[in-house]
Amino acid sequence: MAAKKYDAGVKEYRSTYWEPEYSIKESDVLAVFKVIPQPGVSREEAAAAVAAESSTGTWTTVWTDLLTDLDYYKGRAYAIEDVPGSDDAFYAFIAYPMDLFEEGSVVNVFTSIVGNVFGFKAVRSLRLEDVRFPLWFVTSCFGPPHGINVERDKMDKYGRPLLGCTIKPKLGLSAKNYGRAVYEVLRGGLDFSKDDENVNSQPFMRWRDRFLFCQEAIDKAEAETGERKGHYMNVTAPTVEEMFKRAEFAKEIGTPIIMSDYLTIGWAAHNSLSKWCRDNGLLLHVHRAMHAVMDRNPNHGINFRVLAKLLRLLGGDHLHSGTVVGKLEGDRAATLGWIDLLRDRHVKEDRDRGIFFDQDWGAMPGVFPVASGGIHVWHMPALVSIFGNDSVLQFGGGTLGHPWGNAAGAAANRVALEACVQARNEGRELEKEGKEILTAAAQHSPELKIAMETWKEIKFEFDTVDKLDTQHR
Amino acid sequence: MSIQDYKSRLSDPASRKMETFSYLPPMTDDQIRKQVEWIVKHGWNPAVEHTEPEHATSNYWYMWKLPMFGETDVDAILAELKACHEANPGNHVRLIGYNNYTQSQGANMVVYRGEAV
Repeated sequence: MAAKKYDAGVKEYRSTYWEPEYSIKESDVLAVFKVIPQPGVSREEAAAAVAAESSTGTWTTVWTDLLTDLDYYKGRAYAIEDVPGSDDAFYAFIAYPMDLFEEGSVVNVFTSIVGNVFGFKAVRSLRLEDVRFPLWFVTSCFGPPHGINVERDKMDKYGRPLLGCTIKPKLGLSAKNYGRAVYEVLRGGLDFSKDDENVNSQPFMRWRDRFLFCQEAIDKAEAETGERKGHYMNVTAPTVEEMFKRAEFAKEIGTPIIMSDYLTIGWAAHNSLSKWCRDNGLLLHVHRAMHAVMDRNPNHGINFRVLAKLLRLLGGDHLHSGTVVGKLEGDRAATLGWIDLLRDRHVKEDRDRGIFFDQDWGAMPGVFPVASGGIHVWHMPALVSIFGNDSVLQFGGGTLGHPWGNAAGAAANRVALEACVQARNEGRELEKEGKEILTAAAQHSPELKIAMETWKEIKFEFDTVDKLDTQHR
Repeated sequence: MSIQDYKSRLSDPASRKMETFSYLPPMTDDQIRKQVEWIVKHGWNPAVEHTEPEHATSNYWYMWKLPMFGETDVDAILAELKACHEANPGNHVRLIGYNNYTQSQGANMVVYRGEAV
């Protein structure tokens, strides 16, 4: 290769970072951004600018560029595509060489590829839609502490989705009253109950008291029903030291599962907690508070599928991932796409589900997707049909709001779930025959019968804001 | 309907459950057959296990012979379930579908319920 001469000044990005003839390598990290450039900036220049600013580039040439092989280290934009249904936006595909990233560091990958570039002037808005993590990077990451199959073995639950419930009101209960609510839902037939995300250690209920009362609830419900139970004890805390103190105590009292909020505690803290969970045999439930700040705007931010993939790399045994049918956001096809990305070993590119790249997870275990929020017994046939067995279905109001109380609410959900699973196994179509299946099951369960009367008319039919990009939207 | 009490007691053995399908009424012969067909349809390996009800919380129930690797004859599987039940009339008898791809159990359900203790 001929040596280059130093030529100071500002060059167009496209001259260095736009390479439509580049053939991607197995080892490259690939990313696709949805880009809306500023007026007057061409697509190629905007795509090249994103590649440059998320890898080696800066706004002007510097002499030290010539001390390295920049052609090797740079990210490059290698393809541009129209975004269906949009005149302004386009997809920019960018390949980054493996040397740009520290092994096993999700933090490093994202500091790089979504670091400075999102505030960059040449683009009006920018959204990271998908990332292909090469197998070398996947295997350098830690992954779920246990994964779906080990959790099934530990909890002794097979052939059906798991059932949970978030304890309400979210805030304000004393620890003892809170433990009462936990006991009632567990004895009624749920597998898990859950601390809400913002239940940490407030003056009305300090964490240590909550953990102890909830553990008594678990122990008694297990003795009473003969089944294994858990309560996601939220160890989210103001400092990492405090978080581990709470986790250690949870382990000491023999609880099977704890929880954290991976976006608000930070990815490095979460990765440490996940490793600790594997070392100490506790399952890890992961909540996603703050995700909509990043993933809801269809033109700017980070798509949830990317946040889901990176959580699998960081480690978690459960992740909240939308319900499709409840009160929270969720386009059905897109949700089906990222729950496959959480669970499967190999996921193929599928634009109809928003998946831009093949993703090979190697031997990394899967994560249970959690459907939670605004769902009740009438949603059960659709949920079992959409999510399949490897999921956690969480009914908060749909359990606690039962007219006879939490235990009856839990039993109603458990009967509805088992009736749907049994009917599905018998070859019946749940989404078509849901009403008959539930009505027949309610003959043997007054708890289910009254739940069906209570919630019959409730539906959530607001339009989804974050939809897949499709023509004729 | 007026508010009803939820009848579950530490002191009442009938409160003990046995995981999947234990909140539904016991299955009829026809219903059991359909669950066996579900296991066969997926290519899972059927297996039969049983236990005294007082030891039901153990991970390891007694295996009835060996898992029926590769067995796809629904009647043969039903016959083993029945044989296990007849030889151990007081015990819980469960049907398992081993999924050797995931190294997990695709199905696991008690099909004959022993006397609660």
